[in-house]
Amino acid sequence: MSKDTQLDLWEVFIQAKVGGNHVHAGSVHASDGKMALQNARDIYTRRNEGSSIWVVPSDCIVASTLSDTEMFFDPSADKIYRHPTFYVLPEGAKQI
Amino acid sequence: MDVLIAGTSFQDKIDHDINIEPKDVMPDEYRTHLIRQISQHAHSEVIGMQPEGNWITRAPSLRAKQILLAKIQDEGGHGLYLYSAAETLGISRDEMIRQLHEGKARYSNIFNYPALTWADIGAIGWLVDGAAIVNQVSLQKTSYGPYARAMVRICKEESFHQRQGYEIMAHMMDGTADQKQMAQDAVNRWWWPALMMFGPHDSDSPHSGAAFRWKIKNKSNDELRRKFIDKTVPQAEVIGLRIPDPDLKWNEMKQSYDHGKINWEEFRQVINGNGPCNRQRMQHHVKYHEEGRWVREAAEAYKNRLKQSN
Ligand SMILES: [Fe+2]
Ligand SMILES: [Fe+2]
Repeated sequence: MSKDTQLDLWEVFIQAKVGGNHVHAGSVHASDGKMALQNARDIYTRRNEGSSIWVVPSDCIVASTLSDTEMFFDPSADKIYRHPTFYVLPEGAKQI
Repeated sequence: MDVLIAGTSFQDKIDHDINIEPKDVMPDEYRTHLIRQISQHAHSEVIGMQPEGNWITRAPSLRAKQILLAKIQDEGGHGLYLYSAAETLGISRDEMIRQLHEGKARYSNIFNYPALTWADIGAIGWLVDGAAIVNQVSLQKTSYGPYARAMVRICKEESFHQRQGYEIMAHMMDGTADQKQMAQDAVNRWWWPALMMFGPHDSDSPHSGAAFRWKIKNKSNDELRRKFIDKTVPQAEVIGLRIPDPDLKWNEMKQSYDHGKINWEEFRQVINGNGPCNRQRMQHHVKYHEEGRWVREAAEAYKNRLKQSN
């Protein structure tokens, strides 16, 4: 018996409404992009959950790692001046 | 919260109700426990398509057929969400299917019973999906992120499954004497196996200690079973069905039903391969897996040709 295959792993991103972000919904197995799209439609949008689907081969995704979390995200922690609430506005200033 | 996530230990996260994610450090036993539980859950969704699939061509109306098809398609989808969740723990889908075929992985015992009449389709939706929902709702809070997220999605889809089953039963109980009898017979067949779906009593359930400590489970088998009974008995009364348990009694003190003795000997017989349909279910799965092999191979070949021509 030859080695069986369950085809390749793809990640599925679904846009719920036109204009919105594509959000990760889950994954599917498929041998090519067209099959991945069709499987994603059948598995993740049976109840009108989507207006557009992206599929990406899972091994093409580059992800940050847990061990780097601190080093990677810490630089943003002390830059509170990036938030509007950091600024003191003169009394009476409106719509800013 | 963010600070907590970076440097905390496994058990700290569990104790603070922070989900464990695929790349997080976790004890081997946690991983093995989850692989066993999630793959068994996935296999159950897929094997569960068989008893209902038998009735697609015999559904009594076009409406009934469309609904049943949609329900069964959902179950296939549930299986796929769950296989994906299990894969994040490092087991391949190939391996899970191999374990199923070799009898190393189980599926829910309930699907070793046959669906003899159309009323059984009603009873399966109402009682079997009803029991599954009680279990799955509590699993939405399970500690492993991908499993919990699959459960949220599944629960959203399940509610129509139970309603369509109950509608079939209500319809038959509104019909002729024969149809009423058919509905009652189906309840008589499915009630006890449905109660067994929650697993052994808390007093003799071997895996529960760790499952609670790791918050894989947050309600015990008996608690979930009681929940199911309490909400199902009134539903039976509304449409005039009798629950086949002479010892079933409302307990005013507990504000809950007491039920009669479950026949665990039958449960053991069925789980060990002597149920009415065990062999048929596995043979069917193996057969179609093998017959689909050439399709998977053709898809691979097509992919490779696409690659070459690019
Ligand atoms: Fe399901
Ligand atoms: Fe279901």
